[in-house]
Amino acid sequence: MPAASTPGMSKPGTGTGADGRPRVFFVDDHALFRSGVRSELGDQVEVVGEADDVEPAIALIAECVPDVVLLDVHLPGGGGQAVVTAIKDSHPQVRFLALSASDAPEDVIATIRAGARGYVTKTISGPGLVDAVRRVAAGDAVFSPMLAGFVLDAFAALPPESAHRPAFDPELDQLTPREREVLRLIARGYTYKEIARELYLSVKTVESHVSSVLRKLQLSTRHQLTRWATERRLN
Amino acid sequence: MAEQTGLALTWRPERPGGGRWGRRPASDLVPPPERWPGGRRGRRHGRGLRGPRPRNSGPLRRERDDRLAGGVAAGLAARTGLNVTVVRTVFVLAALAGGFGTAAYVAAWLLVPAAGQQRSIGSKAMTDPPGVALAAGLGSLLVVVLLIASALGAGWLGSLAWPLLISAAGLVLIWRNAPADEQATMRRLAEPLLGLAEGNRRSGTAVRVAVATMLLAVGLFILLSGPVSRAALRPLGGVALVMAAIVVVLGPWWLRIARDLVSERQARVRAEERADLATRVHDSVLQTLALIQRRASEPQQVIQLARAQERELRSWLFGGRAPGSMDERGLTLAAGIRLIQQEVEAQHGVAVEAVTVGDCDLDDDLGALLAAAREATVNAVKWSGAEVVSIFAEVEPARVSVFVRDRGRGFDPAAVPGDRKGLAESVHARMARRGGSSAVRSVQGEGTEVSLTMPRALGTRQPSRA
Repeated sequence: MPAASTPGMSKPGTGTGADGRPRVFFVDDHALFRSGVRSELGDQVEVVGEADDVEPAIALIAECVPDVVLLDVHLPGGGGQAVVTAIKDSHPQVRFLALSASDAPEDVIATIRAGARGYVTKTISGPGLVDAVRRVAAGDAVFSPMLAGFVLDAFAALPPESAHRPAFDPELDQLTPREREVLRLIARGYTYKEIARELYLSVKTVESHVSSVLRKLQLSTRHQLTRWATERRLN
Repeated sequence: MAEQTGLALTWRPERPGGGRWGRRPASDLVPPPERWPGGRRGRRHGRGLRGPRPRNSGPLRRERDDRLAGGVAAGLAARTGLNVTVVRTVFVLAALAGGFGTAAYVAAWLLVPAAGQQRSIGSKAMTDPPGVALAAGLGSLLVVVLLIASALGAGWLGSLAWPLLISAAGLVLIWRNAPADEQATMRRLAEPLLGLAEGNRRSGTAVRVAVATMLLAVGLFILLSGPVSRAALRPLGGVALVMAAIVVVLGPWWLRIARDLVSERQARVRAEERADLATRVHDSVLQTLALIQRRASEPQQVIQLARAQERELRSWLFGGRAPGSMDERGLTLAAGIRLIQQEVEAQHGVAVEAVTVGDCDLDDDLGALLAAAREATVNAVKWSGAEVVSIFAEVEPARVSVFVRDRGRGFDPAAVPGDRKGLAESVHARMARRGGSSAVRSVQGEGTEVSLTMPRALGTRQPSRA
């Protein structure tokens, strides 16, 4: 099971620290990048720890149990998803936001399928990152435009082999038209608020659409998704 | 689909006066004729007149949307409530029986205004003396030909005389005075004939030889079938003299007419080439010059820009690769978007985020879409002041859409001076020429989004990956 399958269940209290700021743990092997992001996040979040590789990260996260782990997809001791896999069973309340400089779909999809609740590129602005951390802390999903594009691509018209695959589950292996619309607007660079205005929805509804896409992304057995995920695991 | 909900169409310059932010008013965005020889893509600019219509009670108008040639038959059908096919069949039968169908059709084309317009082509033609002269000249040429024919005993040609005269003269007037979209239709109809005249293909030569042989055979048959006697030859000699006289008097005029018709066509081709050239020069040279002005304080950058532009211009002038154009062979849409991303980032130093969904091979239409997307991106990078510009491209079975978005200062589309070529020429006109559509939505202080949509030609290969 993914880390948190019911979005919005755990609101402030479990989702944020004592003073309302999310407690963030930061895993990245570049010290320079860590200090850069730290200064960008400023006092909007409480950075409770840092690590530069898989092993120390697992130990430290289990110790300080943060709200959100900012996780680099590429780490010297293995992919970021190793951290997610090790933590999610023992500490299901810890949420992961994947951060990556690479836009290769297999990295992103593998980390998401391991249980991360969102993915943003390292080029994201400071306020954008704070917003993403808050969202993930509140149990929502965060998609970068790039990830939205991948998902649209992966869930595009049914490939012939899955059309007559008995395992095909329309609940999980297909996006609703509304979800598609939301993803398209994310891919076009719209914020949730702008999407809500554009589609005449509430921000809450947009969030729930994105969360439902995230669930499909994590649980679907669609050919492209499993292929990306396994290819990544083999490396 | 999602893209079409409201926003994409918000800023379309519908008002003719809205052309202030583009040089051309909306009515000029009708695709110029040259780009759709096939004309199979159906309606370009919907005027909302489609669909089965009951009897129309207004005055007779030529239909714009459902037309094969001038829209006369469709107009008549709409007016009378008859089936279009029936009306068309009647015209064709009347044309075959004595040619009056053709003459009536051309006359109606000339005299009945098109739907949504007040003046007919004919009333416009009256203010075009060279056109009237051309028509008269062509008429006189036909009279002479018919005279010869009747002298040679082919009297049956005489019955064709008037319809032929009216049709030929009428078509000349229509050709000179019709609006651009109708000229495109005419060109499309005439294309096979022009192809024969230019005759650089073997099939063209073969057809010409066949026609000539047939005419020769008929002529010889007519000459030889009559009783050959001096009495019969004498009027023939008279006719020959009269003909010679007419040719001496009118010959130069006819030559000029032929030249005028040819130069008319060449002028059109030249005008189109000039428009194309202007777009290209704007996209490359003028853009670079603007960039150099803005970076005048950084000599190293200026040198780099100037060098890059020089290379590009040289390779265009002497190598044939147009500046700003994609090398369309072997490039897919997604690769093209990536190329735009890389080139714009390298040239302007502003981050470009590109997301593509699906992929397909490029054709001319999609090449134009990419060129427009590139121009929109460069515009955003140059004017918006945003740190990041996002491109989103999606390939769907029926169309390809590209969105270029920035969170910069935004602008009021109505306030862009008319000499800014970027949006009007390089984006809107370029898309319209290929049957695509474009729209700009901008809010001051919030940013701008340019949406581009190009229908996909039928038979385009599906994305190669699943």
